[in-house]
Amino acid sequence: MLSRTADHLYWMSRYIERAESLARLVDAHYRMSLLPHDDDTLAESLTSTMTALHMAEAYLEKHDAIEPRAVFEFVSLDREYSGSIFSCLRAARENARAVRGSLTSELWETLNSTWLDARSLAARSSPHADIGQFVEWVKERSHLTRGVTIGTMLRDEAFHFSRIGTFLERADSTARILTAHQTDLKPGADAGSVPDPFQWSVLLRALSAFEVYRRVYRDVITPVKVAQLLILRDDMPRSLIRCCKEVYSNIKSIANEHSAETERRAGEMHAMLHFTRMENILETGLPEFLSQFLSRVNDLGDRIASDFLVPPAEA
Amino acid sequence: MYVSEGIERAHYHSYKKWLADQPGDRLSQKRAEADALFHRVGITFAVYGQEEGAERLIPFDIVPRVLPHEEWVRLETGLKQRVRALNAFIHDIYHDQQILKAGVIPAEQVLCNSQYRPEMQGVDVPGGIYAHIAGIDIVRDDAGEFRVLEDNLRVPSGVSYMLENRKMMMRLFPELFSEHRVAPVDHYPDVLLDNLRSVAPTGVADPTVVLMTAGAHNSAYFEHAFLAQQMGIELVEGQDLFVRDEAVFMRTTQGPQRVDVIYRRIDDDFLDPLVFRPDSMLGVPGLLTAYRAGRITIANAIGTGVADDKSIYPYVPEMIRFYLGQSPIIGNVHTWMLRKKEDLDYVLANLKDLVVKEVHGAGGYGMLIGPASTTAEIEAFRKQIIATPERYIAQPTLALSTCPTFAGQGLSPRHIDLRPFVLSGRDVTIVPGGLTRVALREGSLVVNSSQGGGTKDTWVLED
Repeated sequence: MLSRTADHLYWMSRYIERAESLARLVDAHYRMSLLPHDDDTLAESLTSTMTALHMAEAYLEKHDAIEPRAVFEFVSLDREYSGSIFSCLRAARENARAVRGSLTSELWETLNSTWLDARSLAARSSPHADIGQFVEWVKERSHLTRGVTIGTMLRDEAFHFSRIGTFLERADSTARILTAHQTDLKPGADAGSVPDPFQWSVLLRALSAFEVYRRVYRDVITPVKVAQLLILRDDMPRSLIRCCKEVYSNIKSIANEHSAETERRAGEMHAMLHFTRMENILETGLPEFLSQFLSRVNDLGDRIASDFLVPPAEA
Repeated sequence: MYVSEGIERAHYHSYKKWLADQPGDRLSQKRAEADALFHRVGITFAVYGQEEGAERLIPFDIVPRVLPHEEWVRLETGLKQRVRALNAFIHDIYHDQQILKAGVIPAEQVLCNSQYRPEMQGVDVPGGIYAHIAGIDIVRDDAGEFRVLEDNLRVPSGVSYMLENRKMMMRLFPELFSEHRVAPVDHYPDVLLDNLRSVAPTGVADPTVVLMTAGAHNSAYFEHAFLAQQMGIELVEGQDLFVRDEAVFMRTTQGPQRVDVIYRRIDDDFLDPLVFRPDSMLGVPGLLTAYRAGRITIANAIGTGVADDKSIYPYVPEMIRFYLGQSPIIGNVHTWMLRKKEDLDYVLANLKDLVVKEVHGAGGYGMLIGPASTTAEIEAFRKQIIATPERYIAQPTLALSTCPTFAGQGLSPRHIDLRPFVLSGRDVTIVPGGLTRVALREGSLVVNSSQGGGTKDTWVLED
């Protein structure tokens, strides 16, 4: 398939996944803002999240302070900010449009209507826009897009590139959300201490992991278990290890004559998580571990681009 | 639809009967439904110079245009004849130029034409076919006779609307198709692909065909993507292709892959920056070298514009006689060539009754429609004509035939034309029908989509 086509498919999926991740974060914080709570805790959580996502600076150019309502609207609907959910949906649709011939018509129509609806929702939004409803809708559209992808697309290269985009973005997003919420966990720190239950449950809800956590651990929420669930649980769809596994298996399916090293690194990332125990991570320190992980995700993205998507000029 | 006021043409009878049975607001509802569907499917064209992402629908009219079988057969035969002659003409012009030597067409009309490409002189193309896809615009004159208004031999567009309009009609009014025997059109992409494969460079057993577009911001991008998908071929941009050792390759995720046939939807000027416009970012450096070496087929060929220019158009009937030894089945619209003194005098004396067009103009721009213009407009145009008469031709204002069209609350007549798509490869074929364009503004004669035109489904009835 054309390298440019692969590039558009990859970014189409990354942008949809990014829109969903942002919607999840907004949703979790928005729900918390509706409960009786301590204003500082919510603002703190928002601040660390915005920082981990590199959004704080752009936001503060337009606003004086981190204020929940303004943050929600900025992240969801800001038309000028390229990182907003609105802009991600537009970018996903623009990428899809550039390769609409390589998509099934169902997938193209799903992405196109998502964008058309987003535009009319944004146009209707007032200072009292229903943010909760908007992010719920974004999640639904992302679920639908994923379902249509899996349900209609031929399992060829186009599908694999799209999946790589999805899971690389998701790995990045889960790692950033964890970065925003980490406390400096020490080995053995799990003795029933719950430093900040509010923050940890926001995090679990943002990753559809709240109910999963209860089911897996049947226990109170402890930071180490949360980290374990989101990093090392292979059966947890948004965990780092799960994302790495998917990236690796999809890269294997598209191998070309230049891609051996990229494939090796993807495999290595997965193996590293597979053979690591939580204690090892805590010894390294969670912040250090996550920052290393993020730079490996980044490296893998660059390598995929140069091996497949934007190959160096030939002559 | 009407032979004259009040007398219906027979082949519309059953449609009219159906129409009379429709409850009052059903058509309005169906029309709104069609608009919503077109938006969702993204059947839009980009509007230049507007906010990014601005896309518009080409208005779709839910009342079909109906052609009886016998009329179509005559039209089809005439179109095939015309396109055969046009291809013979282009081949001749780039080889022996017999038609010029015989004095049928003045040599300077061809050789000094900006669309004549000296780079093509002596280049042999597979099957001697230059215009693989031709869109011939047809109108009906006062006497009800079909006439060719214009030949489009470069990158004719609109066929996707022919196909999508049919799909839409079948979706909105399935019952109409069980009552009428409408000839199908949906095999067009198969015929097109088969034709494109048949003109691959000699010796290529299983040719790779690609469709080349200027990109997602081109106004006809929907059609490019649509056709590529329907044919199952790659939709490439210039940046996806490169030339090595006089062969063309595309950059794929599995390394370079050889390309044999390019169905290009960009103009000659942008194809190869080394030969044509050096500032073109859309083209492929070296493409013409590969082409001249016979390593790649480009469809339509480079240099076909020399045959569809409005200054060459008046000679097409002569071409048919010269190359085929036949008399033309479909005539031209009478055309005055203003570079001739007597034609110029006549036209200047009758501007208010005529349509004057720029020879190289397209898209309905740069023209004067005498009867619809004010005295001031006519006088302004007169000055332009006198300054450079060779840039203009004139034609009578045709009472373009009309067809009932859904306007606001009810039906009223609007002017229409027809663009059938003639495919040349192993043989010359035409999918029955074409794109019917309709001037939606009351009284307007301009059907171009950039000027407020819309489209209709076109039905050719089977026997």
